[in-house]
Amino acid sequence: MNIKLEIWRQKDAKSKGGFVTYPLDGVSEGMSFLEMMDFLNTTLIKKGDEPVAFEHDCREGICGSCSLYINGRAHGPAHETTTCELRMTKFRNGDRIVVEPWRSKAFPLIKDLIVDRSSFEKIMQAGGFISVNTGAAPEANSIPIPKNHADEAFDSAVCVGCGACVATCKNSSAMLFVSAKISQLALLPQGQVEAKTRVQNMVTKMDDLGFGNCTNTGACEAECPKGIKIANIARMNREFICAKMGAQKMSL
Amino acid sequence: MIKLDAKIPEGPLAEKWSLYKKNVHLVNPANKTKIDIILVGTGLSGSAAASSLAELGYNVKAFCFQDAPRRAHSVAAQGGINAAKNYRNDSDSVFRLFYDIIKGGDFRAREANVYRAAEVSNQTIDQLVAAGTPFAREYSGYLDNRSFGGVQVSRTFYAKGQTGQQCLLGAYSGLIRQIAKGKVTMYSRRDMLDLVIIDGKARGIITRNLVTGEIERHSAHAVILATGGYGTIYYLSTLALGSNPSAAWAAHKKGALFANPSFVQIHPTSIPQMNDYQAKLTLMSESLRNDGRIWVPKAKGDKRAPNSIPEEERDYYLERRYPAFGNLVPRDVASRAAKERCDAGYGVGDTGLSVYLDFSKSIEKQGKKAIENKYGNLFEMYNKITGINPYNEPMRIYPAGHYTMGGLWVDYNLMTTIPGLFAIGESNFSDHGANRLGAGSLMQCAGEGYFVIPVTISSFLSDEIKTPKIPTSHPEFEKAEKESKDKLHKLLSINGKQTVTAFHRRLGKIMWDHCGMVRNEEGLKKAIELIAKLKEEFWKDVKVPGALNELNQELEKAVRVADFFELARLMCQDAINRKESCGAHFREESQTPEGEAQRIDSEYSYVAAWEYCGEDKEHNLHKEALKFENIELKERSYK
Ligand SMILES: Cc1cc2nc3c(=O)[nH]c(=O)nc-3n(C[C@H](O)[C@H](O)[C@H](O)COP(=O)(O)OP(=O)(O)OC[C@H]3O[C@@H](n4cnc5c(N)ncnc54)[C@H](O)[C@@H]3O)c2cc1C
Ligand code: FES
Repeated sequence: MNIKLEIWRQKDAKSKGGFVTYPLDGVSEGMSFLEMMDFLNTTLIKKGDEPVAFEHDCREGICGSCSLYINGRAHGPAHETTTCELRMTKFRNGDRIVVEPWRSKAFPLIKDLIVDRSSFEKIMQAGGFISVNTGAAPEANSIPIPKNHADEAFDSAVCVGCGACVATCKNSSAMLFVSAKISQLALLPQGQVEAKTRVQNMVTKMDDLGFGNCTNTGACEAECPKGIKIANIARMNREFICAKMGAQKMSL
Repeated sequence: MIKLDAKIPEGPLAEKWSLYKKNVHLVNPANKTKIDIILVGTGLSGSAAASSLAELGYNVKAFCFQDAPRRAHSVAAQGGINAAKNYRNDSDSVFRLFYDIIKGGDFRAREANVYRAAEVSNQTIDQLVAAGTPFAREYSGYLDNRSFGGVQVSRTFYAKGQTGQQCLLGAYSGLIRQIAKGKVTMYSRRDMLDLVIIDGKARGIITRNLVTGEIERHSAHAVILATGGYGTIYYLSTLALGSNPSAAWAAHKKGALFANPSFVQIHPTSIPQMNDYQAKLTLMSESLRNDGRIWVPKAKGDKRAPNSIPEEERDYYLERRYPAFGNLVPRDVASRAAKERCDAGYGVGDTGLSVYLDFSKSIEKQGKKAIENKYGNLFEMYNKITGINPYNEPMRIYPAGHYTMGGLWVDYNLMTTIPGLFAIGESNFSDHGANRLGAGSLMQCAGEGYFVIPVTISSFLSDEIKTPKIPTSHPEFEKAEKESKDKLHKLLSINGKQTVTAFHRRLGKIMWDHCGMVRNEEGLKKAIELIAKLKEEFWKDVKVPGALNELNQELEKAVRVADFFELARLMCQDAINRKESCGAHFREESQTPEGEAQRIDSEYSYVAAWEYCGEDKEHNLHKEALKFENIELKERSYK
């Protein structure tokens, strides 16, 4: 099939960017979206043009590297699908496809379609862990965990950290991402000890980094390629309020 | 003159590690804070090592090429991680796990290392659970286990089909905690280009900042590589596209021997190639073989839809050939059996290059819900890629390049032949012999990172406490930096007509055809010629657009493909040298009358460790003889 791509090109963080149109013939239905992008890049390189920079690695929806905004939607039109899992069968001959990078103040652009998501790392470093040193762990079965808690923790833990939730939110809120980690650890007995400080530190960091607030539009949940539920945000808010009250009580 | 010394400690097998720990020279806590360690790679092995070393007090500088450590290829592991907990009371033990790994590896791994890997496996599960890894549990709240290929016990811990993701995130959480404390400095988006050796010891690395293109120097008292495997040499493989041998290869060219390079595992259950544009193959976890049955039609070229082929017209060839293990035979055996059926004309699908993996029996017996609980995400992944719903119709699968048992040669300390240079995880050769059992890599990676390297590295560092910080102004840094820059400039200046990927694809095909599932001397020799020609063409006609001092993904790829050519040649040389069949290395000239791999223990019971002798020169072979003192060498039978 033949398609017309409109792709955001920007040489680096400082340069001014803009859309460039690329008509592309000979796209096969059997291609994945990123294979189509590879195909475009091959054509560009052969013509002596610069290929389009985009991020990817595993190409199977698990590493969270890929990140495109396709026709106004994070990771494109398919439900619970990362860009690398998206197939060209979702498009028709003659389609115009607009490809943009994530757009958020907290994710500055690096080049073309690649943005800097290290702010996510900083939030994680603020508390996304259980402080157990190597060697200090008790026998694994010494603390049974109800299956439904373990399963729920797992459902939150499958977040791949791609940033679609932020890119899709009109407030650039990172609440879904942060709450998924808070929930995972809050649901496990191992995570209880530090639960209060964790939620406060992570939320504070998130605010410091310029992510916006949550106004409950639910766009993040709808666009999350991993099906992370907005109920995580409610749990995080509860944890946060409890922690604040607890902390105040303690300091009184 | 290099002399291989595996430094295996004295004492009975089961006591070697305890005795070693008792006797190893330690670095006292105050001195640790004066010592810097470079760790390249923050996958499961690297993240576990980084946090553990930092907790001990060392200053760690960690590197990865992705934008964050959480994206390392370990994240893609699906099926599980082994340990000898014996939670099922099915007679599992450290010895049995050790035995299964040695046998699975077709008796080509070093006993002492493997035993230690089995020994620390239990503690690894404890550690990961404590870090918040949500492994699957039973209704009682206790940890669940499943079976994997090549064994008769249930010892695999799992988190649905995302075990690697959950284990990596567990280890990563320890790493980020140390980053926050300032004990680990994380350098993301960096490619290691070269190793710097000063007075015979590994003291630093040269990296390229992948955003600015800047070439940087980093120094330390010791360097650890945890850079993963090189299965991407086949172009199409189950690995992440960025997986590469370049860091290990740079070390190899500086003197680290490379062991058993041709031992590559071809995984039996990947989604088959569908078109020529394809960039990777997606794995369907081996765990599926617990409940899925593999078959092809009994009649050649049967084009009926799978569900309309009656039971009696199906050939469950694994169950037929290997009644004791059935669908759970080891990977190499399952892969060759699939190739055999397809080559004989029984394969299914448009290309005839696939076989069925069928869940209908299990769904009938256990119910759809139970199957969904175990494999939900894998079924979804399959459906997304192929458009076929595996709850209603069998999956189609075919073997794909997957895991490299070969890697940098290391001794019991996990040190390479360069003093001060260590290798952990998939980047070393140490534990899996000629074939890795499922769920054994995560076990090895986490075990080495958490519990082995933090101990064994002090055998080297205890003599370094008086060594001051290493200055990056040393002439060796200057020289290595210049060489790296020259290579990059050369790649950029060729300005030919073909893309890097086009070369990689062609190289992959040569390797798949001649150094893949089945090998023979003639094919391997031909491959060496083809590789040499292709390499020459590459250096004349590759086109790498863009410049050095910018984000340049084509340049990153070009560096890797340039190394692939050299490694490919060595793989073929290694495969030619080993005239026996063992594990994944199947030499057509050496098979039993039934078509199984025929080892020749009298001649090849050794690790082939290769020494680099200069560009386009043949490598020099060093042999580490393998001694089996605790188990009897046997024909590996799964019948
Ligand atoms: C699809 C798939 C499924 C698998 N499933 C299982 C399973 O169920 N159970 C199991 O036990 N094993 C499984 N394996 C194998 C296992 O996942 C890997 O062997 C293991 O995760 C490797 O971990 P590692 O720490 O050695 O390296 P990796 O996780 O590959 O990490 C490599 C690190 O090195 C860095 N790096 C690499 N090159 C450079 C360079 N030149 N410069 C700087 N940094 C560099 C990367 O950035 C990364 O941080 C699977 C493998 C695949 C492909
Ligand atoms: S490339 Fe890994 S999730 Fe898309």
